[in-house]
Amino acid sequence: MIRFLHGFEEVSISEARSDTTVLSYLRNQRNLKGTKEGCASGDCGACTVVTTRQVAGELRYEPVNACIATLGSLHGKQLISVEQLSEERPHPVQQAMIDAHGSQCGFCTPGFVMSLFALYQRRLSINGVGQESGESKDTGDHLVHEALGGNLCRCTGYRPIVDAAHQALSYDGRDCFEMAERETMQKLALIEAEDSSSLGLSCEDTRYLRPRNAQEVALLLQEFPEARLIAGGTDLLLEHTQLLRPLPFLIDLKAVPELAHLEVDQTHLRIGAAVTHTDAQKPLTDEYPELQELIERFGSTQIRSQGTVVGNIANASPIGDWPPVMIALGASLVLQSAHSTRELPIGDYFLDYKKTALAPGEFIRELKIPRRIPGLFLRAYKISKRYEDDISSVCAVFALTLDEQQISQVTIGFGGMAAIPTRAFEVEKCLQGAQLSPELIDDAAKLLKREFTPISDARASARYRSTVAANLLRRLAVELADEQPTRTHPVVLACAHG
Amino acid sequence: MGTRTAHESAEKHVTGAATYIDDMLAPANTLHAYVGLSTIARGRISAMDLAKVREAPGVVDVLTRDDIPGHRDIGPVFPGDPLLIAVGDEVEFHGQVLFCVAAESYEEARRAAQLAQVSYEELPAILSIAEGLEAESFVRPAHTQQRGDLKKGFLNAERSLQGRLEIGGQEQMYLEGQVSLCVPEEDGGMLVYSSTQNPTEGQKLVAEVLNVPMHKVTIDARRMGGAFGGKETHANQWACLAAIQASRTGRAVKLRLARAEDMRATGKRHHFLSEYKVGFDDTGRIHALDLMLAGGCGMSPDLSDAIVDRAMFHSDNAYFIETMKVVGHRVKTNTVSNTAFRGFGGPQGMVAIEDILDAVARASGEDPLTVRKRNLYSEEGERNVTHYGQTVDTRVLPVLIDRLEHSSDYWQRREQVRAFNTQSTILKRGLALTPVKFGISFTVKHLNQAGALIHVYTDGSIQINHGGTEMGQGLYTKVAQIVAHELQVDVDTIRCTATRTDKVPNTSPTAASSGSDLNGMAALAAARTIRERLEAFASEHFDVARTAIVFTRNHVLIGDQEMPFPELVELAYMNRVQLSATGYYRTPKIHYDRQAASGRPFYYYANGAAVSEVVVDTLTGEYRVERVDICHDVGRSLNPAIDIGQIEGGFVQGMGWLTSEELAWDDRGRLLTTGPATYKIPAIGDTPAIFNVELLPDSPNAEETVFRSKAVGEPPLMLAISVWSALRDAVASLADYKLHPPLDPPATPERVLLACEAVRSEAQAIPSESDEH
Repeated sequence: MIRFLHGFEEVSISEARSDTTVLSYLRNQRNLKGTKEGCASGDCGACTVVTTRQVAGELRYEPVNACIATLGSLHGKQLISVEQLSEERPHPVQQAMIDAHGSQCGFCTPGFVMSLFALYQRRLSINGVGQESGESKDTGDHLVHEALGGNLCRCTGYRPIVDAAHQALSYDGRDCFEMAERETMQKLALIEAEDSSSLGLSCEDTRYLRPRNAQEVALLLQEFPEARLIAGGTDLLLEHTQLLRPLPFLIDLKAVPELAHLEVDQTHLRIGAAVTHTDAQKPLTDEYPELQELIERFGSTQIRSQGTVVGNIANASPIGDWPPVMIALGASLVLQSAHSTRELPIGDYFLDYKKTALAPGEFIRELKIPRRIPGLFLRAYKISKRYEDDISSVCAVFALTLDEQQISQVTIGFGGMAAIPTRAFEVEKCLQGAQLSPELIDDAAKLLKREFTPISDARASARYRSTVAANLLRRLAVELADEQPTRTHPVVLACAHG
Repeated sequence: MGTRTAHESAEKHVTGAATYIDDMLAPANTLHAYVGLSTIARGRISAMDLAKVREAPGVVDVLTRDDIPGHRDIGPVFPGDPLLIAVGDEVEFHGQVLFCVAAESYEEARRAAQLAQVSYEELPAILSIAEGLEAESFVRPAHTQQRGDLKKGFLNAERSLQGRLEIGGQEQMYLEGQVSLCVPEEDGGMLVYSSTQNPTEGQKLVAEVLNVPMHKVTIDARRMGGAFGGKETHANQWACLAAIQASRTGRAVKLRLARAEDMRATGKRHHFLSEYKVGFDDTGRIHALDLMLAGGCGMSPDLSDAIVDRAMFHSDNAYFIETMKVVGHRVKTNTVSNTAFRGFGGPQGMVAIEDILDAVARASGEDPLTVRKRNLYSEEGERNVTHYGQTVDTRVLPVLIDRLEHSSDYWQRREQVRAFNTQSTILKRGLALTPVKFGISFTVKHLNQAGALIHVYTDGSIQINHGGTEMGQGLYTKVAQIVAHELQVDVDTIRCTATRTDKVPNTSPTAASSGSDLNGMAALAAARTIRERLEAFASEHFDVARTAIVFTRNHVLIGDQEMPFPELVELAYMNRVQLSATGYYRTPKIHYDRQAASGRPFYYYANGAAVSEVVVDTLTGEYRVERVDICHDVGRSLNPAIDIGQIEGGFVQGMGWLTSEELAWDDRGRLLTTGPATYKIPAIGDTPAIFNVELLPDSPNAEETVFRSKAVGEPPLMLAISVWSALRDAVASLADYKLHPPLDPPATPERVLLACEAVRSEAQAIPSESDEH
C-alpha cells in the first residue's frame, strides 16, 4: 500500500499497475483534468504538479513532471495539483498570471502555475537574500528562468510569465498550504512512521516494491532478476510512455532511507543512490562551485527534483552530464549485491553503449567523489542547441592543477564524443607536465580530434562535435590565462540562494 | 474598446478549469482510436496483415481504406491526401496513415496499432528540394511574377551578386496535440469536437468520408491549446477517422495523437530554397532581381499553392525593386505534406529578400540599415508599387523605422558594437534592424468573408458566436469587446460560445491573421442590427427621435429618461422585437489576376520593425539575444495587452524558427526530431533580457477595418529576422564586415560556428582583395 496526501486529503492505494504515472492517476482515475499532457516525456512541463516532503524540519515544495513520475513515488508525500491551488479566489500565483496576461492558449498554463507555485514557496528565503538586500533584476530573472526553464510556452514569448513570477515573489501574505504546514508535516510523519509493508502497489501481475534497506534490495534483485530498479525514473519511464513497454516489476530505491545519504567526510562526498540532483546541488557546489552552471542546466527543475545523480550514471547514457564530471573528478562507485560490496573507478563502469560493468544482482549503492584538491582549476562546459533544458551535444569537464605555468595534473571527461562517457587519455598525456602555451593547446586540440570519432545525430554533426570539443580546450586556455570574456551567458557561481 | 481586457479564459486557464477536448467528460463507453503509420518514405504496399491488431486486447474495430463509406481523399483544395492507404497503394512518406484501430482504452489502441505486419516494395524517394527540382517533381505548376525587363535591369545595375539560401522548416509544436472526439447522433448525424482552426472544412470532409450531406455533421470547437496553422487542414484527418469509427460502432470515438506520431504524421512550415541574382549600384540601391523560390511541399498539394504564392508576394518585403522576376516552384518530396504555419510562406519570402539586402550591404560596404532604408518603398519617384502591382501606403513604415532607429539608439549602439568587436577576439556582437511589411487578406479571395450570430436574452445577457476559432490569440476576447462597445455594455455581460457549424455556417479558417478583421466586423454588423432594432423600438415606444437615443454604460438614454440596458431589452421582448441577429462581412477592394500576376491581393499591409543585438561565441557558435526593440503597427489597437502578447509571442516563435528549431530526418526519410527532447523551441531564458515592445501610436488603419485596427497574428513573427541578421552581423565582424557570412536558417550554434569558420578562412584566402564578384 502507498499513502500520500492529495492536497490535504489522505489517500491510500494498494491496487494499481506498477507503471501508473501520476498524470494518469490524476486524469484517468481522479478525473482531474487540469494537469495536461504535452509530450509525455518530461520535456515540456505542461503536466507539472508539486510534491512536498519534509526536509530538515521544513516542508520542501518541488515541481515534478507528472507524466514520468510513478504513482508509487508519491508515498509519504503531499501531492498538489492545479485544482487545489485556488480556494474561493485564485492563488496569488494564479492571480499574477491573470494580471500579467501570462496565458494565451492556456494549455501550458497549469504547468507554469505549478512551477510558479513551487518558486513562490521559496520566496521568503529568496527575498531574504534577494530583493530587500539589493538583488538586481538580473539575479531575479535568473532565479525565475531556473525555476521555469522546464516549462515550454509556444504562445507568449514568456515575458509576461516572467513578470507574473516577479509579482508572485513579492506577495507578502501566506497561502493555505503555508498555514497548514505544521499539520501537513505531522500527517506525513505519521505515514512515514506507520510504513511497514514493502509491497507498494500491485495489480494485474505487476508489482511496485518499496524495500526498506539496501540488503533487501540486493535480495530482491537476486530473487527477481527481471525486476527493474527505479529511483527518479525520469529516464526509465520513457520506455513506458514513448515505447509503450510495460514496467511490471519495479523496485523503488527512493524508498530506502539508507540510500538517501549525503555525507561529506575527510576524503569524500558520498552521494547515495536515492539522492536527487536538487538535494546534491548544495554539497556539490559548496565543494565545486564551478559546477553551478552545469547543474542549473541539467534537465529542468522538475527533472532535478525527481531524478537522481546516481541514476544519471547508472543508465550509462553517452550524453548524461554527470559521468564526464565524475570522470574528471576521479569519482568511484560502490556496487552492492546480496553477497558482496565492491568499489569501481567510474571510468571502468562504462563498457559499451548502455553496457556497464554491473554484474547480475548488483546495483550502485553510492557515488564517492574525492574532496577538492588544493589548486584545482575546474571547468564544466555544456554545449547544446538550447541553453536551458537540453541534452548536451558535447559536455567537456576539465580538472587540472598548475604549478606556475606547468600543468602538473589533468583529468578530462567527455560526454557526447563516443558511445560511452569517456576520459581523454591521449590529450591528458599531451598536457601532463607540459608548459602552458598556445602551441601546446593547438597540439592538444589536434590530438583531441584524432582521439575521438563522435557520431552525427539530431543534436549535432560529428564535425561540430569534434571542432567544438577542440575549441573548448582553447576556451579553457583563455580562461586559465583570464584574458578576456569567453561566455555569452553570464557565468553564475554558486551562491547562497536556493 | 482599446482597453487591456484580460483574455476571456484567463481565470480558467490558470485554475485548470478551461476544457480542452481531451478534458471533456466523454460519453459512456467512448472508444479510443489510434493510427498505424508507414515505416518507409516511398514504396508500394505489398501486404498488410492486421490479424494481430484485431486480436489485441480491447480492440473493437479496425478501419482500412476499403471500409471508408465515402470519399477516400481528404485533400482540402486539390486531391492528393488519402485518408488511409492499403495494399497496392503507394506510400508517399514515412509516417503516412495506413489504418486506424479503435479499442476500449487509449493504451490498448496505441499498443494494437504497433502490431501490424506490413511489407513494402520500396521505391526511390525524393527527400530534398534540390532532388525534387532536378527530377521536376512538383505538386502544382510554378507561378511567375515579373515587372520590367530583367536584361535591361541588370544592364542598368553597376554590380551584381548571386546567391543561394536553404531555409529550414518548422514544427508548429502546439502544446495540445491533434485531437477529435466524435459522438454519433440520430438520423446518422455526427457531432465532432475537434481541435481545429477550420470547422467548416472539417464538417465538409467528415460528411464526404461518411457519404452524408453536410447538414448531418456538426463541428464544435471551443478552444485549441495552440494551433499556429498546424490545425488549419491537418486537424481534418483525425476527425474523419474517428467519425467513421464512431459511425461503424455506434459509440463515441476519441482520437488523440501522442507527440511523436503528431510530429511524424502532420505537416510543418515549408522549407524553402532560394536562388537569386541581384543587380545593384555602389550605394546599395537594388535595380534588378531574378529570384527563384522553391517550397518543399512534401507529398501533396495541401495549401502549398497559396503558401508559395504568399512567399512570392513577400519576396519584396518592404523594398521597391524596379525590375524583378520571381518564380515560385511547388516541389513534391516524399515527406509529410507541409502545411500552414503562422506567416504562411510570407516569412520564407521575407527571409530570402533580407538575405539579399545583407549581401548587398556587405558588397557595397554600407551599413545594412542604410541600404535597407535606401531601398524602402517611397512616394519619391513613384517607387511605391509592388512587383505584383499593388500600391503601398508609404506613410507608415518609414516613420516607424525612423522612430525605432531613435528609440533603440541604433547608431550609437552600432559604434559600441564595432568598438567591442575590435577589443574582443572570442565574443563578437551583432546588431540588425529589419522591417516587416505583411499583406493582410486571404489570397484565395472567397475566403475573405465571415458570419456572426448574436443572441440577447431577456435579462440583458448576451451570447455571441462567430466563425472564428480561439487558439489563444484572444479572438473571442476582441469580438466580445467589439460587441460590448457597440451596445455599450460591460464585456462580462457577454459570453462567447464554442464555434459551431450549426450556429454560423460556411466559415473560413481562422488563419491569415484575419480572425478579428473578418469576425469582428461580422459581429459588429450583428450588434448594430440589434442596436438599430432597439433604437427603432424605443423611438416608437417612447416617441422620441432616433437621434435622442444613446447607448452608454449599460444604460440607454431615451430622450430625458435613462433605462438600464436589460430593462429596455425586456421591454423590447414584451413588445415582440427580435433579439437575435446575424451579421456578415466580406472584405472589399481585393482582387488578383493570376494570369497577369497583378492586382491588389491585400486589403492593406501591417508593418513593423525590430532591432536585435546578439553576442556570439566564435569558439563554439553559442549565442545570446541580449536586447530587442520592436515598434509595430496594429492600427488602432483593439486590445493593447493582447496585441503586445501577439507581437512578443510571434517574435519569439520566429526567433525559434531561425535559431534553435532544427528538424532532422535520416537518409531514408524518417523524422528524427519527434518530440521536445530533440526539437528545441525557445525556452524562458531565450526571451531577450531587454525586450522593448511599442505599438506605433496614432496610426489608425487607412482602410475601414473594425475600429481601424490591423491584423496582428502573423506579421510579428517576421520581426525575428532581425535576430538572424544580427547573428550574421556578428560573424561578419570576423572579416571586418566585408563578407556576407553563409548562415542558412536555423542558425543553430553548430551553423553559427560553421559560418565563423567559413568567414575566417575566406578572409585569410583573400586578405586584401576587395569585394568583387
